[in-house]
Amino acid sequence: MVEVKVGLGTCGISAGGYTVYDELKIEKDKNNIDFELKETGCMGMCYREVLVEINDDNGKWLYAEVDKAKVKKIVEDHLISGNPVEEWLVKIGKSESEDPFFEKQKRIVLRNCGEIDPNSIDEYVGMEGYSAIQKVINDDSPEEVIKSITDSGLRGRGGGGFPTGLKWKFTREAPGDKKYIICNADEGDPGAFMDRSVLEGDPHSVIEGMMIAAYAIGAEYGYIYVRAEYPKAIERLRTALGQATEKGYIGKGIFGSKINFDIKIKEGAGAFVCGEETALIASIEGKRGIPRVRPPFPAVKGLWGKPTNINNVETLANIPWIINNGPEAFASMGTEKSKGTKVFALAGKIAKSGLAEVPMGMTINEVVFEIGGGIKGGGKFKAVQMGGPSGGCIPASMGDLKIDYDEITKTGAIMGSGGMVVLDETTCMVDLAKFFLTFTQNESCGKCTFCRIGTKRMLEILEKITLGKGEEKDLDLLEELSYKIKESSLCGLGQTAPNPVLTTLKYYREEYEAHIRDKKCPAHSCAALIEYKVIPDKCTGCTLCARNCPVDAIEGSVKEIHWIDPEKCIKCSLCFQACKFDAIEKI
Amino acid sequence: MGENLSKELNLNIKEFKIDLLKNGSDPGALIPLLQSAQDSYGYVPEKVINYISEFAEIPAAEIYGVVTFYSQFRLKPLGKYIVKVCEGTACHVNGAKSIVDMLLNELGIGVGETSDDGMFSLLSVACLGCCSLAPVMMVNEETFGSLTPDKVRKVLKKYRQK
Repeated sequence: MVEVKVGLGTCGISAGGYTVYDELKIEKDKNNIDFELKETGCMGMCYREVLVEINDDNGKWLYAEVDKAKVKKIVEDHLISGNPVEEWLVKIGKSESEDPFFEKQKRIVLRNCGEIDPNSIDEYVGMEGYSAIQKVINDDSPEEVIKSITDSGLRGRGGGGFPTGLKWKFTREAPGDKKYIICNADEGDPGAFMDRSVLEGDPHSVIEGMMIAAYAIGAEYGYIYVRAEYPKAIERLRTALGQATEKGYIGKGIFGSKINFDIKIKEGAGAFVCGEETALIASIEGKRGIPRVRPPFPAVKGLWGKPTNINNVETLANIPWIINNGPEAFASMGTEKSKGTKVFALAGKIAKSGLAEVPMGMTINEVVFEIGGGIKGGGKFKAVQMGGPSGGCIPASMGDLKIDYDEITKTGAIMGSGGMVVLDETTCMVDLAKFFLTFTQNESCGKCTFCRIGTKRMLEILEKITLGKGEEKDLDLLEELSYKIKESSLCGLGQTAPNPVLTTLKYYREEYEAHIRDKKCPAHSCAALIEYKVIPDKCTGCTLCARNCPVDAIEGSVKEIHWIDPEKCIKCSLCFQACKFDAIEKI
Repeated sequence: MGENLSKELNLNIKEFKIDLLKNGSDPGALIPLLQSAQDSYGYVPEKVINYISEFAEIPAAEIYGVVTFYSQFRLKPLGKYIVKVCEGTACHVNGAKSIVDMLLNELGIGVGETSDDGMFSLLSVACLGCCSLAPVMMVNEETFGSLTPDKVRKVLKKYRQK
């Protein structure tokens, strides 16, 4: 039967996915057409939401930017008359050519995202789902499973890059009869949405990954710690857990064995520091999410004092694939020390923002230009920010760098969980460093003095620089503080908080110096250091800018050249955005 | 004791499994309890903190400490329309600041505050998860993307007239 799928991840929903879904349903009933209408997760092409895929005898047809008005024509022309509406298509039936956005990707973690209905366990089972857990229970000892994962070369996808197999081995070997497995779904980096898309699009793969991990380490209980800000992900996880329990996949004596396994969902209450393992454990225990000294590591003493293994969503979603396809298949992709694929959330000044999964070893330029379509609006590529508030900026001149844990760490940035924010010439690096530091400063739990007070002092210095009040000695002070914070903080949050400042200082020191010495912001972004001016030759005297100015700082009558009073101007940029003739410039 | 006290305080909270906290059997239940209280009231009322404290024999200060640690919890009720403006990285580089400025200007309240007439609350969030629509804000359940300051003004006007 013909299948019609609507991409209903958070991105699709915010773009109006449910309106399109409902409209399709109305049209279906009204015209009495026989097709199966389904929900699916994120297809990755967030920049062209809402996406609707039609699967018929002639292949897969993917429609982009569908809205209520377009539904009627798609139903009438394509579904009733069999004439696809070509101008709205991104993927055309059986044709071999794929949109370049998909062509260079290799989808392992996202294998089912945007393919299956995340609310249907049967569809997951239809894609080899829950076969990997049965295989390990029937054929493999826990040690053999750990060996497979070690051989695959899989490293933690949450950002740290610790070898997953080794982590499992530590928990397996830790003494104790009760052990826990925790799935860290507290994706808190602003600008990162990989884990959310996996949970929304393929929740069962994460559950199955957890089951395999539990079997390997000898745990009977699992927790999924998921951000409360992800309501759709939580809803689909609950549905998935309910179905798996009903089928007997979770519970007592799973798949005819003597193994018991149960999973609970814990909703995070909004604290970035809870992405750190020991803080996350404290939060599950009902306390303030404050990290503690390690060792003992969670593998030895974790939740409720028992050996605990924590893996991130993407790491776990890889597991069933590795078991089904063999560790060699996984290890055949990537570089010497970074195997498999990595999912990136492409955002910022990029033409095609969305979710892309690429083999490790691909270069940054390939991701930005070949998958992401380059810079939005034709601007010049300046840098990518990787790893969010814990990461750093990699300049465009290093675009040939291969995506690999160790190569990226060498630049001062980190692989991170997969946020890749693309920047162009209009982004001020000092402002960006300030942005991330504002975030970490806010989220510092306050336990370690250097993180609590040091980040505050750094932020004040950056504030000073962006206001044009910076002094030459500030840069040395920033560096000194950075190293002290890194050395004197207990957890990853503090140890990495200075990274955005250090990397921008390393690659864009001249921008800092321009703010300090010349009192200029080269990117024309810092409000205190720019001035708005009317370009007389371009101004037509249309009065639009004057009408938009909230403080009446623009003078001039109809058909006369306008003038901005620098004394009154609050630099809100409204006139700049309103002008239809590009007659206002920032200097 | 629990039920009587709960009636006396006129507590009406959905899925309030407070028994889990008794004798410290599951200390992890505290955060879910506070979450369900906030779901029912829109914020965490002081009486709920005191009630949990008395019932589970946990110092109220400790519960207050948990409430104020996590950004999700609020100690005051919110306005009729909750404006969540995204200040995630993608929104930031796409001009979220001008959106925030416009909201501050138009609403006359600071981030985290509620207008005197109880109509609007302004919250800033780190990421709404629709980076491709940046800059973005949400008013209650509705998302508004590809914003400009002017568009913000129009959206607020629509809600004021509702």
